[in-house]
Amino acid sequence: MADEQKPGGTEAPLPAGGEAAGKPAKPSPPKPAAAPPKPPATMAATPWESDLARGLKERFGGQIRETSTYLGQNFIVARPEAAIPILEYLKLEADFDYLVDITAVDWPKRPERFDLVYIVYSFPRNERVRIKTQIPDGHKPETAVGVHLTANWLEREVFDMFGIEFAGHPDMRRILMPEEWQGHPLRKDYSILQQDQRWVQESLGIESGQ
Amino acid sequence: MKAASEASMPDSTFLDSTELVLNMGPQHPSTHGVLRVILKLDGEKILGTDCVIGYLHRGVEKIAENRTYAQFNPYVDRMDYVAAVSNGLGYCLAVEKLLNIEAPPRAQVVRVILTELNRIASHLVWLGTHALDIGAITPVFYCFREREEALNIFEKYCGARLTTHAFRIGGLQYETYDGFERDVKAFCDMFPPKVDEYEALLTGNRIWLGRLTNVGVLTADECKEYGVTGPLLRAAGVKWDLRKAQPYSGYDKYDFEIPTRQNGDTFDRYIVRMQEMRQSVRIIRQAVESIPEGPIMGKVPKVIKPAVGEAYVSIEAPKGELGYYVVSDGSTQPYRVRVRPPSFVNLQALDRMVRGALVADICAVIGTLDIVLGEVDR
Repeated sequence: MADEQKPGGTEAPLPAGGEAAGKPAKPSPPKPAAAPPKPPATMAATPWESDLARGLKERFGGQIRETSTYLGQNFIVARPEAAIPILEYLKLEADFDYLVDITAVDWPKRPERFDLVYIVYSFPRNERVRIKTQIPDGHKPETAVGVHLTANWLEREVFDMFGIEFAGHPDMRRILMPEEWQGHPLRKDYSILQQDQRWVQESLGIESGQ
Repeated sequence: MKAASEASMPDSTFLDSTELVLNMGPQHPSTHGVLRVILKLDGEKILGTDCVIGYLHRGVEKIAENRTYAQFNPYVDRMDYVAAVSNGLGYCLAVEKLLNIEAPPRAQVVRVILTELNRIASHLVWLGTHALDIGAITPVFYCFREREEALNIFEKYCGARLTTHAFRIGGLQYETYDGFERDVKAFCDMFPPKVDEYEALLTGNRIWLGRLTNVGVLTADECKEYGVTGPLLRAAGVKWDLRKAQPYSGYDKYDFEIPTRQNGDTFDRYIVRMQEMRQSVRIIRQAVESIPEGPIMGKVPKVIKPAVGEAYVSIEAPKGELGYYVVSDGSTQPYRVRVRPPSFVNLQALDRMVRGALVADICAVIGTLDIVLGEVDR
């Protein structure tokens, strides 16, 4: 990871050994309910300037919405259909030959509900990049199995936990939850106590798992 | 056991082989937990596998969203429960990154000592059970005997042996106990001759060599393709270790080597892990000589509330790259915690490793993958 840049903006994170460290703690007694509902604060990311970022922008143009860096970690926000071409480009042209992870983040209030996050690493460059796309519920993003075989299980887990189906995936089944289970546990509207009552009763022979 | 029904066999003689589907696990001693593997066989030859996992799924990532940052800390120990200290280190580093703070030097050195002790303990569980799977009964007793010494140090330090919860966000909660350095040094003196002892039992052993050489080969390119990291990648000849590539917790201050081998078979992975234990002792020796004085806790706000943002932090766990992708929405609870588990990703390569091999090899290959099902399923 390259140069650490100090993020600016109003919601800047606390400086390393700073006097501001104790600031937010003192006035509020430990009452979680008192957390003030702030208007949408955004990540204080700064633009990511590098040859790679410029090369990507040149190659993909408007399909890349943002190339930024936060806490010294670089990421790209791209349009959903550009994700696989970008992964391919990074693998073939820039040596990002190791797909570290695929995961998703649910933002139910947004029209494009899910963040789909790909993390890639390059052994020769010793560099990590995150590629983020935003997709609405029901959208079927293209699978990355054709570029990195490891995407197979990682995408199955995303499907299992979030209900995001990947188009063209060779084996789109649940991986951790039982196959007949209803619901996708890591969606924000899935309560932590929720369960598939019918599955529990039929498969385990008990009234409830709680 | 049931024969694949689609094969019609009017012309087949008794000696013609037919495809057989064999279920292995989840209750099987050499699957190291609750892993179920469905094997498709032609006689003794493996044609393909399908892993059924999730028996130990507890929804760790969901729990994280419903706890505060500090409350979630003990849960991570329950993933890879034979290397709980590494899990805790990764999580603490990730949250510290989000808060933009760093643990003080004294805490970092103690963290390195405990994490490396834990790497040794984890590798000892691997060696003992791996050898047991293959039929060598003796090593498991030796390994657990020495592991006990490492666990005793954990117990004296924080009261727990397995799910240690040794670290806190920003540093350590407990100061080292009286005699900590003496115990660690005693371990460092005691342990290397024991590794020699294991090697005397196994390294030149004809049966051991026969069962391990050229079994479960995974080349460097295949490793990268499957995202396989840790000792498996190093045994395939890639000199890559996050402790050197992207040093954390002051690993750049210690002098140690990354053991590698070239063939990427089960025997090479055995050699790599044996050498890693020796390197861990080397790191611990240097660390215990240089524990600085000073505070053990950094300047952490009373209520941990990172600014809106996200960070991915990964460490070299005994099994490979263990990553935490933490998203903060500015509240006291993480908005999302994604754990990138090395065991889960490495297990995916099982199919590639055993295709075409014999049934008996699958026990050797599962052993050499060194998976912990608590981490596969989370």
